[in-house]
Amino acid sequence: MSVNSYESHSEPSVYVYEAPMRIWHWTNALAIVVLSITGYFIGSPMPSLSGEASDHYLMGYIRFIHFSAGYILGVAFVLRIYWFFVGNSVSREIFFHNILKRSYWSELWHEVKWYMFLVKEPKLYKGHNPLAILSMFWLFLLPVIFMIFSGFALYGEGTLPGSWANTLFSSWMIPLFGGNSFTLHTWHHVTMWIIIIFVMIHIYVAVREDIMSRQSIISSMISGWRNFKDDGKVEDIKDDDR
Amino acid sequence: MTETFYEVMRRQGISRRSFLKYCSLTAAALGLGPEFAGKIAHAMETKPRIPILWLHGLECTCCSESFIRSAHPLAKDVILSMISLDYDDTIMAAAGTQAEAIIEETIKKYDGNFILAVEGNAPLNQDGMSCIIAGKPFQEQLDHVAKHCKAIISWGSCASYGCVQAAHPNPTKAVPTHKAIKTNKPIIKVPGCPPIAEVMTAVITYILTFEKFPELDRQGRPKMFYSQRIHDKCYRRPHFDAGQFVEKFDDEGARRGYCLYKVGCKGPTTYNACSTIRWNEGTSFPIQAGHGCMAVLKMVSGIKAHGMPD
Repeated sequence: MSVNSYESHSEPSVYVYEAPMRIWHWTNALAIVVLSITGYFIGSPMPSLSGEASDHYLMGYIRFIHFSAGYILGVAFVLRIYWFFVGNSVSREIFFHNILKRSYWSELWHEVKWYMFLVKEPKLYKGHNPLAILSMFWLFLLPVIFMIFSGFALYGEGTLPGSWANTLFSSWMIPLFGGNSFTLHTWHHVTMWIIIIFVMIHIYVAVREDIMSRQSIISSMISGWRNFKDDGKVEDIKDDDR
Repeated sequence: MTETFYEVMRRQGISRRSFLKYCSLTAAALGLGPEFAGKIAHAMETKPRIPILWLHGLECTCCSESFIRSAHPLAKDVILSMISLDYDDTIMAAAGTQAEAIIEETIKKYDGNFILAVEGNAPLNQDGMSCIIAGKPFQEQLDHVAKHCKAIISWGSCASYGCVQAAHPNPTKAVPTHKAIKTNKPIIKVPGCPPIAEVMTAVITYILTFEKFPELDRQGRPKMFYSQRIHDKCYRRPHFDAGQFVEKFDDEGARRGYCLYKVGCKGPTTYNACSTIRWNEGTSFPIQAGHGCMAVLKMVSGIKAHGMPD
């Protein structure tokens, strides 16, 4: 009798996330955590410190960390745009996806039912499923672009007219929001909560899918490989490349 | 020909020395180089006074109050004489029909060649009945004078943006100057509640000296006074950076002069020169007195013509 009572089976794997994509993901994750915490404390500062002003620099440090993390998020995004052009199909799908295809919407509906435990079998995708693409675009990509633009617009107020941030962002972002940077501050703040809600959904869904759909999700963002735990035909895996 | 500024000043007993001091101080206040003191002096000596009609709509007169307190060395006597203030119903001696006649007289004599200064704004609802000047809606008077003026100065947040009376729901439909007039005239906005006295006099001096507006920002405000946030030049800024805040009025932080950010100060989003020029010969400004100002809130939120938080 064999020690291993399991029958041998094959686990098809596909290479999904190239290294720059993974680096971008974890850079974003870190930057968003840092930006949200420091940003929250800029909007609602911690209880007042006492003593002389020369003894402390708390708000100064919080703002410095916020601006530094903002720069990192912004630069990472610019590099990500470059990867949009040279990366594989997954690097493009959250930016641009053909939503006019009928199959997109039927598969989207299938995903909604899957998340509501109304269907038994998930469809397998190389990258994101249609619902994931939809939420990645509306709850992550657009908010992050808005945060980078509005963030640098508000930053440009402090660096004064003539600075690059003021010229590139403040000069049109602030008039766009009624010429009133207080309104822009408010939207910057609201969008933080949109991104936090996205992060909560994102982590829940990633863990859930890792368990429920029998495919690697979390480890894929570390190794780059998506591992399908059941016997499966590679042909069943949906991939825009093919 | 009307008298030149210099002649008026001399007639008022101002010495040439004081006059030159005033010119160099004005040049400094405007952020111009020392060589401009001579240019200003030259302009004052040679140019006739430009008449100004100063109209009052829905307002609280705080702009006028601020203006007459300009702490500029000679402001009280000189500026008022300097601009040939032909009409200002609050401070003019004439009243009633006589006062109103001056408007028509100025328009006839200096058509297209005088400056219209507006304090307050015009209500448009109920046919403008919410602000009646000499038996007619203020909107009519404003529009009539605007048609004949050379340029318009919008004093204060009311004329610039709408301010309190334009706050939601704005029952009288009060609108700032640029929305109330039908003609297309150059407008310079000098917001604030009130605007700083020295800013007001400096703007006038600039217009008279160079016969043009100073450089304006995208909202039509003179850049020299409105390009920096109050927060950036606030003397309480070290407390902000240190994380030392007034948590509520009259607490220990308030007594120690900590930053007012947490009790609602909108200095970080308000563009004005309050923290640098201040009021009453640079004595103080609201934040220095221990509270954010009402204007800070209004300049921030009142920028939309009808906008103010409820």
